[in-house]
Amino acid sequence: MDRLLPRHHHGLSRRPSLTIESHRSEHRTEQRAADMTLHLAVALEGTGWHPASWREPEARPTALFSADYWAGLVQEAERGLVDLVTFEDTFAVQSSRPFEPDDRTDQVRGRLDATLVAARVAPLTRHIGLVPTAVATHTEPFHFSKAVATLDYASRGRAGVRVRVSSRADEFALVGPHRPSPDLGTDDTRAELFAEAADWVEVIRRLWDSWEDDAEIRDAATGRFVDRDKLHYIDFAGPRFSVRGPSITPRPPQGQPLVAALAHREVAFELVGSSCDLGFVTPGSAADVAGIRAQIPGSPLVFGDVVVFLADTASEARERKARMDAHLGRELVSDAHVFVGTPVELADLVQEWHAAGLAGVRLRPGSVDHDLPQVTRGLVPELQRRGAFRTAYEADTLRGLLGLPRPTNRYAAV
Amino acid sequence: MPRKQIHLAAHFPGVNNTTVWSDPASGSHIDFSSFQHFAETAERARFDFLFLAEGLRLREQGGEIYDLDVMGRPDTFTILAALAAVTDRLGLAGTINSTFNEPYEVARQFASLDHLSAGRAAWNVVTSWDAFTGENFRRGGFLPQEKRYSRAKEFLAAAFTLFDSWAPDAGIVADKETGEFWRPTGEFSIHTDQFAIDGRFPVPRSPQGRPVILQAGDSEEGREFAASGADAIFTRHGTLEAGQAFYADVKGRLAKYGRDPEDLKILPAATFVLGDTDAEAQERARHVRYQQVSPATAIKFLEQLWNRDLSDHDPDGPLPTVDPVVGENTISRGRASVRMYKDPIATANEWRALAEAKQLSTREVIIEVTGRQNFIGTPQRIAEALDEFVQADASDGFVLVPHVTPGGLDEFADTVVPLLQERGVFRTEYEGTTLREHLGLKPAPTTSGADF
Ligand SMILES: Cc1cc2nc3c(=O)[nH]c(=O)nc-3n(C[C@H](O)[C@H](O)[C@H](O)COP(=O)(O)O)c2cc1C
Repeated sequence: MDRLLPRHHHGLSRRPSLTIESHRSEHRTEQRAADMTLHLAVALEGTGWHPASWREPEARPTALFSADYWAGLVQEAERGLVDLVTFEDTFAVQSSRPFEPDDRTDQVRGRLDATLVAARVAPLTRHIGLVPTAVATHTEPFHFSKAVATLDYASRGRAGVRVRVSSRADEFALVGPHRPSPDLGTDDTRAELFAEAADWVEVIRRLWDSWEDDAEIRDAATGRFVDRDKLHYIDFAGPRFSVRGPSITPRPPQGQPLVAALAHREVAFELVGSSCDLGFVTPGSAADVAGIRAQIPGSPLVFGDVVVFLADTASEARERKARMDAHLGRELVSDAHVFVGTPVELADLVQEWHAAGLAGVRLRPGSVDHDLPQVTRGLVPELQRRGAFRTAYEADTLRGLLGLPRPTNRYAAV
Repeated sequence: MPRKQIHLAAHFPGVNNTTVWSDPASGSHIDFSSFQHFAETAERARFDFLFLAEGLRLREQGGEIYDLDVMGRPDTFTILAALAAVTDRLGLAGTINSTFNEPYEVARQFASLDHLSAGRAAWNVVTSWDAFTGENFRRGGFLPQEKRYSRAKEFLAAAFTLFDSWAPDAGIVADKETGEFWRPTGEFSIHTDQFAIDGRFPVPRSPQGRPVILQAGDSEEGREFAASGADAIFTRHGTLEAGQAFYADVKGRLAKYGRDPEDLKILPAATFVLGDTDAEAQERARHVRYQQVSPATAIKFLEQLWNRDLSDHDPDGPLPTVDPVVGENTISRGRASVRMYKDPIATANEWRALAEAKQLSTREVIIEVTGRQNFIGTPQRIAEALDEFVQADASDGFVLVPHVTPGGLDEFADTVVPLLQERGVFRTEYEGTTLREHLGLKPAPTTSGADF
């Protein structure tokens, strides 16, 4: 595993950030033993995760570029007391192929910038976490660090970022001439892209800490607005880029907004373990959970992803999915487990996965305008009836909802 | 002839000494509630737009982070998207640099912001190019000074190509019956000195087509850049004479690009101090100047001209007897204004003459020479002065820069705006929904390439 990491990561034990990591995991171990809180996330993607979902009667494909569409969905999720929503993003136009664009005309194409969508929704919600996707391989960590910090200010402590790498040649062509596309699809390239993502996360995290919480002093006697001893150059120097700092944005309300990643295999598990607070994984069943968990170093929170097709009866749910599959021309294939059934049956699965060692699940609604209300008005009340899910938001920040403390600043003198 | 209508923008107080943080009324510069308060005031007063400046590295002086001014600001795109949720008509203008960004990414962000605000986005294109700021970016991204506008032109032309890339007869169809979601469009291929990008733009043409383009450079090249394609210029020419000269110069450059005088609005920065009487306003203005130039700030300003360490100098004593260090300004970094001192020794001598004539201390000299107070007086007097300025073709309106966050615009909104409305020179209701409509601009062209 170590061999896949860039050289400077070997100095892990010297990084001040480790204090934060260990502090946090200690806290969580205690807490998890105590209450085993179940967490729910919802993944927002277009009209839903089924490629033909836009053709469903309830779907609103022409509203995808309006603010009201996204605000309505997040408010619905918040009504269901969900911990957080993620907003999918790709740098280029969506494609059904992993490494290149496609020429399909029968699936949702085109999208708005996920961070801006999350920011647009922030003032219209109160409790729910907002986690847009960032493409680490194509963006400036300096810009993204202040963007997520600003989302944290605008949401008063509910921001996170889900980091991903791009493995599409056409995405590299959007930022030329600086980035020739690597040889995609190989293990070496994948390791290199994930190592770059780890550096990117390290930079955004250091920048969040580059202002101590009490840096602003407004000392009229000396005329100083800040105490510059509490502002820190981050001086990150890696094989791919260097960033000096400090940030131009003060430390955000949560100190460290949440960092998450989706992981299917080892290099990504490594990123989750070394850099993230939360990982999304894709077990096929509860039996896979322990094996996956064992491959993730450290103790981040881990949620299992499930694509969900829900209805009041299982046969209706099957009919709905069958209709979408027919429009697709084949059965849906997903990286994640596909669940078709009633909210009550889904509650069984969620509890089973939770008992197997996952802190929660991230639900990917098959058709969002139908399946999201099924989650918030079906699954959630059912879990509440079983005493397995919150009946009111118990915290004002995303870290608070997830039971994570506000981290101490890596640069603060002890 | 009907009187010209005044356009008003509200500049969120910036990270320089115009913004007074020591005042008891001064609130947070970073909490969302401050931005919301400021935006709501501007919208209540029917302003054209809110304006955000940007600087991508904390300033330094004498090798240390400059600690005397307000500092810390949000990410431009993110805060504007959030403000779109708490406002309905107000334009949302952000300063975005063309050196430390990629055109594809910026175009995607502005097009997204324009959708999310239903047509209220504006982009102030700035060209700071220095290696000092570049140290914060992975691509290094700094340029020789003479390339700043060639990159800006290529950047903006590329962004326009992307904004215009969705063909009117293609794009999203979303026909649930036939299963056709879209007719593929948005293809582009841009190959210039600075960029080589190919692909499809993922955002449908936005409500305004393109964001409103602002420009804020003052050099010969900057003026030409604005004349060739910007919708408005943000300037610092605050006196009637300087304003008229600038206005005539820039509007005179439009014809050769086939543009009309009303296609480019000229909006100087304007500060104001109000009072119930003119005397009270003058007294408040004096107080503000002392708040803006603390003893410590006076020494820092002195060092910027003298280009040397003067930390032991007494701000209440006379100006230094030694001369400024001539040559590249090394004392201050991340600050555009130091370039204004073309002949530091001559400027120092002017300051000495002023000190001599008026018997001023160092701090008092700095207060005099760095003053940027444009409009001082009763609401009545200020309304008249603003109107006169615009009718005399010194500008098309103003970017108002209040001293205090977040309430610095409230008094203006409550007292001056109604008087401008009474005079019939400022809207009482928004007539349109987009910023382009507020500014009286023609719809954005739909084909790109020719502009730059
Ligand atoms: C009124 C005014 C406001 C400006 N605001 C900014 C700003 O917020 N951020 C920035 O990086 N540059 C800012 N600038 C600098 C420029 O826009 C410009 O890119 C720079 O001065 C170089 O161009 P020039 O040589 O034509 O002046 C401002 C300039 C003026 C005149």
